[in-house]
Amino acid sequence: MRSFAFVRTDDVSAAIAASADSSTAQQGASARFVAGGTTLIDLMKLNVERPERVIDINRLPLDRIEPLADGGLKIGATVRNSDLANHAVVRRDYPVLSQAVLAGASAQLRNMATTGGNLLQRTRCMYFRDTASACNKREPGTGCSAILGANRTLAILGTSEHCIATNPSDMNVAMAALEATIHVRGIRGERSIAIADFHLLPGDTPHRETVLEPGDLITHVTLAPPAPGSRSCYLKLRDRASYEFALASAAVIVTVVGGRVARARIALGGVGTKPWRSTRAESVLTGEPVSGPAFRKAADAALHDARPRSQNAFKVELARRCLVHALKEVTL
Amino acid sequence: MNSRTQFESATGADGVVHVTLRINGTAYRLPLDPRATLLDCLRETVGLTGTKKGCDHGQCGACTVHVDGRRVNACLSLAVMHEGEEITTIEGIGQPGALHAVQSAFLARDAYQCGYCTSGQIMSALALLGEPCGPKDADVRECMSGNICRCGAYPNIVAAIQHVRGKS
Ligand SMILES: Cc1cc2nc3c(=O)[nH]c(=O)nc-3n(C[C@H](O)[C@H](O)[C@H](O)COP(=O)(O)OP(=O)(O)OC[C@H]3O[C@@H](n4cnc5c(N)ncnc54)[C@H](O)[C@@H]3O)c2cc1C
Ligand code: FES
Ligand code: FES
Repeated sequence: MRSFAFVRTDDVSAAIAASADSSTAQQGASARFVAGGTTLIDLMKLNVERPERVIDINRLPLDRIEPLADGGLKIGATVRNSDLANHAVVRRDYPVLSQAVLAGASAQLRNMATTGGNLLQRTRCMYFRDTASACNKREPGTGCSAILGANRTLAILGTSEHCIATNPSDMNVAMAALEATIHVRGIRGERSIAIADFHLLPGDTPHRETVLEPGDLITHVTLAPPAPGSRSCYLKLRDRASYEFALASAAVIVTVVGGRVARARIALGGVGTKPWRSTRAESVLTGEPVSGPAFRKAADAALHDARPRSQNAFKVELARRCLVHALKEVTL
Repeated sequence: MNSRTQFESATGADGVVHVTLRINGTAYRLPLDPRATLLDCLRETVGLTGTKKGCDHGQCGACTVHVDGRRVNACLSLAVMHEGEEITTIEGIGQPGALHAVQSAFLARDAYQCGYCTSGQIMSALALLGEPCGPKDADVRECMSGNICRCGAYPNIVAAIQHVRGKS
């Protein structure tokens, strides 16, 4: 691990000012906030992250979950994943979010991990984590070792010729289906970003993963009120039953009226370079009768653009079945 | 840049941060390299070697300790982040002759072989008692999944925990 200056503050403006002169908020940042540390410190040990300044944001007043006047929910950036998943309102109104968070990592890690940190967790692609390998995400222009390498766990949706790294988060998949809004404060004030616009596709700049700029601090996330009459769930498929990243996962929120799907929100995990909302699957499903064949059609639509590589073709069918199963779970 | 020096006041010019950590009820005033993880600080600086290092990357649970009563992986946390918090390690929960109930249950149920993962397992098990965890063996296995045992002592670990919970 490289040396760094350690900064702690309980003031939001001071935290922002302390990170504002960073070269970038993306790969190669010279200043980093540390929340739970479960992504950042892991990668600093591997020299994948080499910040010169680390700003501890754990004392900022961003650790609360509060109901909003419109019936929605405000979730602070430093709320621990375990507190989020076990919160009574989250369990009642947003079961998909509670289930997704509890499906991730371990009890210890969830006690550390935060809302903001989870939104920004990095890929588990082994070439990204290994400074001896070529990786366009870590070192732009060096090439992608994964495309012809060990790519079994990597993405099949949203990939490019420069990067096929998976966004590994479970929470983000539920947040995508819930159409969460991410609230950021930076040197130029506050702004809010729809989660669909927050993460970027790799394209030819895989080192740019989000729209964040130097100084930007995620302050909180807001959720709209739960859709009336909707049911939701998160289904995660993986190599072992727990403490393992997803090979494929699905977050679904469905409202059924008179035996037909009146509204659907669908997002996939473990298969995309970003949390993968499928509006195409949603529109295919909407208006259809609740039935296996309709679910299968939606799953085909969701995976229509899948581009598997040498070792991960199995993920196409795995993701389809995962989605079909999740849809059955909330409708039958 | 004025503001910058102000913000970096936590780290001295020599790169050392002076921090007071409360560990097992005792306050330690420590000069720390900001890079030191809580795990390395406990083992190397304070000399509490009961907490083990398995993977050093959050993947095994051998380093599990409690911070303000909650279980965390000490390998993925910087020691300097914990000023003012109450840290509890395996040395803080029982002593030879006065073991904690979870420690006694691990002994009685033979819940280990080599013992390397055991302090982490016990710290995790102790935290689990206060967490929302269902009654079944399968629930315990899920709640304990963050602690890997290379010796495969899992059945006896689950039995020991269920014994303490009065569920065996
Ligand atoms: C062994 C292991 C297994 C795991 N398994 C899973 C799994 O199955 N599913 C899953 O979803 N996740 C899993 N994770 C990942 C875990 O969920 C993330 O590491 C965690 O959510 C990151 O949160 P954090 O608070 O610890 O982030 P940190 O490490 O503190 O920060 C991560 C990044 O976000 C930035 N940041 C943090 N907060 C803010 C903020 N408020 N504003 C701006 N920037 C910020 C930091 O600067 C840093 O760049 C696993 C991790 C490990 C180590
Ligand atoms: S040493 Fe910390 S989890 Fe393995
Ligand atoms: S007893 Fe040997 S690793 Fe668990």
